[in-house]
Amino acid sequence: MRIADLLKFAWQVVRGYRTRTLLILLAMGIGVAAVVAVTSLGEGARLYIVNQFGSLGTNLVIVLPGRSETAGAMPGVLVGKTPRDLTLDDALALKRSHAVRHIAPLVIGAADVHVGARVRETPVLGSTAELVDIRSMEVALGRFLPEADPRQILPVCVIGAKVAAELFGAKPALGEWLRIGDRRFRVIGIMARQGESLGFNTDEIVIVPLAAAQALFNTEALFRVLVEAKSREQTLYAKADVEEFIRLRHEGERDVTVITQDAVLATFDRILRALTLAVAGIAAISLAVAGILIMNVMLIAVTQRRQEIGLLKALGATGAQIRAAFLTEAVLLSSGGAAVGLAVGQLVRYAAVQLYPAIPFQAPWWALLAAPATAVITAVLFTLAPARRAARLDPVQALSRR
Amino acid sequence: MIRLTGIERTFAVGDEMVRALRGVTLEIAQGEYLSIMGPSGSGKSTLLNVIGLLDRPNRGTYELDGRDVTGLSDDELARVRRETMGFVFQFFHLVPRLSAEQNIELPMVLAGIEPAERRKKLARLLADYGLADRARHRPQQLSGGQCQRVAIARAMSMSPLVILADEPTGNLDRHTGQEVMAVLERLHHDGGTVVVVTHDPEIGARAHRRLRMIDGAIVSDERAPEPIREHTGGAEA
Repeated sequence: MRIADLLKFAWQVVRGYRTRTLLILLAMGIGVAAVVAVTSLGEGARLYIVNQFGSLGTNLVIVLPGRSETAGAMPGVLVGKTPRDLTLDDALALKRSHAVRHIAPLVIGAADVHVGARVRETPVLGSTAELVDIRSMEVALGRFLPEADPRQILPVCVIGAKVAAELFGAKPALGEWLRIGDRRFRVIGIMARQGESLGFNTDEIVIVPLAAAQALFNTEALFRVLVEAKSREQTLYAKADVEEFIRLRHEGERDVTVITQDAVLATFDRILRALTLAVAGIAAISLAVAGILIMNVMLIAVTQRRQEIGLLKALGATGAQIRAAFLTEAVLLSSGGAAVGLAVGQLVRYAAVQLYPAIPFQAPWWALLAAPATAVITAVLFTLAPARRAARLDPVQALSRR
Repeated sequence: MIRLTGIERTFAVGDEMVRALRGVTLEIAQGEYLSIMGPSGSGKSTLLNVIGLLDRPNRGTYELDGRDVTGLSDDELARVRRETMGFVFQFFHLVPRLSAEQNIELPMVLAGIEPAERRKKLARLLADYGLADRARHRPQQLSGGQCQRVAIARAMSMSPLVILADEPTGNLDRHTGQEVMAVLERLHHDGGTVVVVTHDPEIGARAHRRLRMIDGAIVSDERAPEPIREHTGGAEA
């Protein structure tokens, strides 16, 4: 039997039993669509997070006080001492590294911000002028913190768009004064709306010079130091330099944690890939269920078409030909279902993109290959037994009316 | 051409063993027109199935064209069947979803014959059996006589050595039955070997050689003086 004839024969069967064909297409389609849709969502979330990290600046090295690896859960607690503070001098020392372009020490706290009678509790971030370069932030109005000695307490601040709207209403905020604790600051800039960027919502913060924040919160210790390497390739050198410089300054003690952007990104990437894979696996179960449905339908077909099978054998069909006919039918049905599923999956993806344009929903290439392949392979595997049963039918008995 | 020797066929029906064929020995020569008659359960259909290689005897030997086919495997039997046997059944056994021409083509498709060659053969068969204007009809759109003509055309599509007809008129009215018999007799006239199983004495009497079976054994084997009827049974072209 020629391949073209085999396909034609199976096609005639598929067309001949419309309801049955539609039901199988539906079951297979749902399975494939589920895998495609679910992996699209997972991959979308992953790409979203990767992009978010990208907006932080790709050459970023983050220095945290305390060493998490040596002490397990809480740095310092288990070894019985608190880590040495990370100070401004530590941060400034890092500038001597050839691999480092910018540094921005950070102090963070929450405080009540007053404008006349209005009060709002907001996060207050103390940093230096270089922060704007490292974090690729944008100033909508006015300017960012001035380049100045970071030890100098300047009474200026840059505020987020939402803070400006809430504290000043419709009035222009630029050049006005506001009060944080017992200190007064002049508003010299308003940040552009950037929305959430990994827990840092620049719309809702007030940024003051580092020394001012240290005075406000009465602390010398830095929350973090952000370091930007000169290039992506230099990130590792920058990291090594940072570790070495701080160790030397801390009397040989390795008591800070240095994270590169890439490492954090890689971790998130791994977690989200694993998650996507896991949900895709769950969705793939529906494909197995569809396979069982195909088996069921094929077993019924063998009974229903008993006479036809008997006839084919009388006309000289070999067992292999009968098996091939059933398996071809399964391949046709499952690839049809896979096509339907891919189409529906793309529709779901399209709908999701319309709803959440910020998230780049996109089915990963492996899912687009694996879902249809799993559908076809499952269908073929589950048709093996019915096809064998058909091939073994005794022609005389199959042809008889009973 | 066909030589059966000591063919036994037993079936298990419940606890009992039924001997459908008891030591049947039979020789059929090329070009013979043979009818097998007998009451129901006499084993005539089983004999036909054995001749057609659809059923295997439990004992005895079957020589087809000088070749012993008794011990062939299922797939080998299928191939021999495809090349040498043409079946015509009481209930036509046409595939309902296929058109008349697709049904006729089926054995050639199974044999893997090239489409061009198939089309040539198909056109000839459709013309020979007066089905040219019914080629694209489905079986349910055809009359019983037309269905049986499609079945005969299908049986002839591989130019078999033997045509085996099991109650070919059993599902047709008298007139249509006569027509179908005329078609079969024309095949015989053209040199084909035709074996007809029937319990209709009138149909059986048309054959030149008439077997009678009772309880799985051949009880009589008469040959009518050839030819029994000169005119070709009103076979219209």
